[in-house]
Amino acid sequence: MIVEFGAFALALALALSVLQTVLSAAGRARRSPVLAGAAEGAAIGAAAATALAFAALIYAFVISDFSVSNVAANSHTDKPMLYKVAGAWGSHEGSLLLWCLVLTVFGAVLARARGLPFGLKASAVATQGALGSLFLAFAVFTSSPFVRLDPAPFQGASLNPLLQDPALAVHPPLLYAGYVGFSVCFSLAVAALIEGRAQTAFWPAWGRWVRPWALASWAFLTVGITLGSFWAYYELGWGGWWFWDPVENASFMPWLAGAALLHSAVVTERRGALAGWTVFLALLAFSFSMLGAFLVRSGVLTSVHAFAVDPQRGMMLLAILGLTAGAAFALFAWRAPQLKGGGMFAPISREGALVLNNLFLTAAAATVLLGTLYPLILEAASGATISVGPPYFAATFVPLMTVAFLILPAGPLLAWKRGDLPGAMQRLAVAAGLALVCALAAYALWSPKKALAAAGIGLGAWLILGALVEVAERTRLFRASTAETLRRLKRLPLGAWGMSLAHLGLGVFILGAVVETGFKAEAARALTLGQSVSAGPWTVTLDQVRVVEGPNYLAEQGRLTVRPSNDRGRAKTVTAERRFFPAGGQTTTEVGLDFRGLDDVYVVMGERAGTPEAPAWVVRLYWNPWARLIFLGPMIMAFGGLLSLLDRRLRLGVGARRRRPA
Amino acid sequence: MRRLKILLAAPVLALMLTAAEPAAAPDRPLSDPAQEARAQALFKDVRCVVCQHEAIADSPAGVAGDMRRLIREQIAAGASDQAVRQDLVRRFGDYVLFTPPVRAGTWLLWFGPFVLVLLAGGTLILRARRRPTEVAPLSPEEERRLDEVLANETLRRDLDATSPHDGRLSGSTIER
Repeated sequence: MIVEFGAFALALALALSVLQTVLSAAGRARRSPVLAGAAEGAAIGAAAATALAFAALIYAFVISDFSVSNVAANSHTDKPMLYKVAGAWGSHEGSLLLWCLVLTVFGAVLARARGLPFGLKASAVATQGALGSLFLAFAVFTSSPFVRLDPAPFQGASLNPLLQDPALAVHPPLLYAGYVGFSVCFSLAVAALIEGRAQTAFWPAWGRWVRPWALASWAFLTVGITLGSFWAYYELGWGGWWFWDPVENASFMPWLAGAALLHSAVVTERRGALAGWTVFLALLAFSFSMLGAFLVRSGVLTSVHAFAVDPQRGMMLLAILGLTAGAAFALFAWRAPQLKGGGMFAPISREGALVLNNLFLTAAAATVLLGTLYPLILEAASGATISVGPPYFAATFVPLMTVAFLILPAGPLLAWKRGDLPGAMQRLAVAAGLALVCALAAYALWSPKKALAAAGIGLGAWLILGALVEVAERTRLFRASTAETLRRLKRLPLGAWGMSLAHLGLGVFILGAVVETGFKAEAARALTLGQSVSAGPWTVTLDQVRVVEGPNYLAEQGRLTVRPSNDRGRAKTVTAERRFFPAGGQTTTEVGLDFRGLDDVYVVMGERAGTPEAPAWVVRLYWNPWARLIFLGPMIMAFGGLLSLLDRRLRLGVGARRRRPA
Repeated sequence: MRRLKILLAAPVLALMLTAAEPAAAPDRPLSDPAQEARAQALFKDVRCVVCQHEAIADSPAGVAGDMRRLIREQIAAGASDQAVRQDLVRRFGDYVLFTPPVRAGTWLLWFGPFVLVLLAGGTLILRARRRPTEVAPLSPEEERRLDEVLANETLRRDLDATSPHDGRLSGSTIER
């Protein structure tokens, strides 16, 4: 009954979304606050109805109602409760419903926003409603999660065991909050194009309305991608955290576009400049989100992460993507020449630096797009098949970003309109010197000697020190009295903290990525009980192997002792498992992770080897130095984004829009 | 009952875990560490042909194991990295390497990003040169509005101004 109620709520949400679009557009055309107000009510109704539908789906998963085909296909009575709930968004239908939920809830928050001019708001609400209508129609007509089965099976097919993991249970909601958050930027951009304000006073205000959404979406996406990467790191058991896999790229493209949008929106907000470009990026970020959804769901790309693939529905997604992005960019091409932002600036200025940032970030996004789609295009055009993997991105993406990172610390030290480059460089001289010392020290002290890795360490140090110099400059550290510095530190706006933290987090991430990539060591050996394998400075001994029974799996669990090869330091015991899930007939690995400071000692139990009399197990051992920073850095970045979001200046005049839903 | 299940399942489990990997013979590293290091580096660039976007260095699949053995044999026999790559491409096609070939069909892929940056950068430089960086003088209408704003509003210091120059400027001229 509750399931039928969910199906009804979903249909109702679609009707309300259509109503929202029509009423808001009519309200805008007739300049009728009554119609526009009704549209806002419909937006809130659509969000409530989608939330009810989603709750009904979760309920069906919680009680394991296998008469619902989606539950039967993705759940199992033995599954722990967390994964029963998470199963609700583990399939194509469920994740689409989650997508619709985020879209309509953000739409409702947009509808409740105060302080936006009538026309702009009505157009934005109508656009958001149109997006909601398209995706809800897709859900209702082709991908309803509420389809019943008759007869109902006694047991479900269970969720892909790889997905049964706490990080992955929360990964999709965060990722989707990021992906779909950009829809509001998209709607505000379309609205700005429709309203076509020529006066310069409009754009700073518009920048201020867009920026919180861009910030929030980008921060969510950062956390979502990091969790996904962390999951791949410890669940897939391959010792890596990023492989330039098409699905990873699909989430990385909107992230890059979103990062560019954040920075260019600052220029638009503060100076009224780059208006057309910011609008373009706002359209691009959500288009990339939709492209990502298409790439992941359609199965046109092969990937270890591609779950719930369905080519036919992929075509529907492609149609939605073509329709919305096509219409929006056509509108942009038509109206952009009329967009007049104000704000002249000299090439050497804060604006100039942010333009460079945008140049490199969009080029990086284009590189990822090219690398992801090129094999498809080439195969369609000439039949030739190629693979584009890490070496390609190391040769293209990495140098582009390196140049951008070299410039980065100078940007915040330049004044608006006209900056003083020699002055900025002078203030960065100490940071540059220290970064150079770090690089040289890393080269001299770390064996094996690796020039590129040492340079990378210098780059990470440069970003971290640059961020610190920036805070020191704002507070006039060492140049004013301590009291004055403290006073300034206290009055530093949250936005400034946010920016410095985000840049610092980037440096932390680079340190981790460079050291892990440059110096990691691995070894694999078939071990009988009591034998050892060594990699880097660590030795691991296989102590015991036993069969354990989990709630919905059986596992061979190995107990292993990790100790420093030179015996200086404590030994620790880790367990690593190889799990077998009878429900789906799959095998997964549970990695044994020993956290040693910033390093990870990473142990994977492999297949059985040896003879029945003297059984052995293949144990793979990885030493991943500074791996902790790879996941810590992005978290710092996201926290920086959050701090910026809380800045008083973004709260002013934004009112209820600032109260963000989960 | 539970215990019984485990007892019954253990051999099945062992069978499943081993049967899934017919080529479970663990990798035998080359005796020469330099050669083994070269092999390991190659493994990272070679795609496991039956897997989804995985290098043979990371893949547990039997085919990946076979490919690793093949590459080790060739390296032990004295083949250069280049020769090993060529042999792989001859057997499996360009698809097998994660480094796409550089040829007419992939120029856009390889050089596109840099061309894009150069073009965009060039355009920006040209525009910056053509456009006067001096702010145009205010029109009489704008002058009037400026006076109005200055007369009606008490401007406060810009807290966000990072550069000390910004701060000093607004401090001295506007805050009065």
